[in-house]
Amino acid sequence: MRVIHAQTITDTVARLAIEACCHLPLSVRDALSRAASQEPSPAGREILAQLQENASIASAEHMPICQDTGLAVVFAELGQDAHIVGGDFEAAIHEGVRQGYVQGYLRKSCVAEPLFERTNTGDNSPAIIHLRLVPGDRLHLRLAPKGAGSENKSLLKMLTPADGLDGVRQTVLEAVQTAGPSACPPLVVGVGLGGNMEVAALCAKRAAARDLGSRNPHPRYAALEEELLTLCNKTGIGPQGLGGRTTALAVHIEWAATHIAMLPVAVNLNCHAARHASASL
Amino acid sequence: MQPAARQLCVPFDAATARSLRAGEQVLLSGTILAARDAAHKRMVETLEQGESLPFSLAGAIIYYLGPSPARPGQVIGAAGPTTAGRMDPYTPCLLAHGLRGMIGKGYRSAAVAAAIREYGAPYLAAVGGAGALLSRCIKHYTVLAYPELGPEAVAALAVENFPAIVVMDVHGGDWYRTGQAPYCEL
Ligand code: SF4
Repeated sequence: MRVIHAQTITDTVARLAIEACCHLPLSVRDALSRAASQEPSPAGREILAQLQENASIASAEHMPICQDTGLAVVFAELGQDAHIVGGDFEAAIHEGVRQGYVQGYLRKSCVAEPLFERTNTGDNSPAIIHLRLVPGDRLHLRLAPKGAGSENKSLLKMLTPADGLDGVRQTVLEAVQTAGPSACPPLVVGVGLGGNMEVAALCAKRAAARDLGSRNPHPRYAALEEELLTLCNKTGIGPQGLGGRTTALAVHIEWAATHIAMLPVAVNLNCHAARHASASL
Repeated sequence: MQPAARQLCVPFDAATARSLRAGEQVLLSGTILAARDAAHKRMVETLEQGESLPFSLAGAIIYYLGPSPARPGQVIGAAGPTTAGRMDPYTPCLLAHGLRGMIGKGYRSAAVAAAIREYGAPYLAAVGGAGALLSRCIKHYTVLAYPELGPEAVAALAVENFPAIVVMDVHGGDWYRTGQAPYCEL
């Protein structure tokens, strides 16, 4: 049995928070530069160039790519043969978020309660934790800060089987068109299909946080990712909604088994600041 | 090649506001206010009670912004626009109290579009998510009111060559619509 110390988890989460917020993944920067070379709209090309410059400045100056450094979403895969000592697993993650957001000069955007007082917690804790128990003895952590501009434009529809593929296309299109410039296109569109209400939403979130350039392993879903990307880029929304053919950099799909009477579809939009950082302990 | 951006002093007067056209690129220099969700709620609550604000809205331009904290030696952290639509319920009231322009990102409601025409106050967009780049155009950041709101406090920003594009002009022009139309293939 491998021993993992809670303090190591805290230190790692703090480091990942700063890394994710200040350093745009290379795959996203490559996608922006590819898009810039193919974008027919002059205003669109200009914006794509500015976004690349922004990423370079952020990285060089250890400044956040975007001021909305989001809620800290942590995907944790814990090997069932690992043993955590020296503190609570979840508390260690929350503490890591606290330290990372304070030490990294990241914005504190978390309010403690949603409706009445909405008091800022002051340190961006608590994190949102999605834990999966997996074989092995390692702990894999992936931190994906998620801002509100794109998150607020999420969409969930409980379609029925008769709605089928066309219903999925319409739902994705509705999400992207309703969001328009508010979600800071070019987007990474996460689509969750199947499961039930909450599984579809979580599939969409996992899809939005996937590495750019990754494909769904199932060939039909991989083909659908391509088809939906083409569809999104026909909307004309373009970079920042000012017109163009680069509305999305990618569409990612994650799916799950579902009920004979259901076809849940969730869409979670990620902005061009498709930030994440990972570590294995 | 894009046409050169128009240099503009902020805040601008009513005649300048009327002269701006949807799609025009501008570089703003001068002073603007930063305010977002919580500050908007407070401003409107104060005005509706017949009280005055601790700063003047007359002729002012509000940038929908909640920056990340400055590191020691920096003026401000990342400082890109936030979604303007969340301010829609408060905007007509502020325009009625003299606000002359807004900078943000995203679509506005029909009520705001009407108020933009009625009060002659255009809506401009800055590049969302380019917070590090835009921070370079901000030379001073001074909190004016509601410091307890942290990143949501109202602040005065001294800006130099701050890039923006006129999205909704006071004549009904809407660049989101016009700019997207040639590329829409649906
Ligand atoms: S949608 Fe993304 S890029 Fe745009 S402001 Fe929010 S976090 Fe930043």
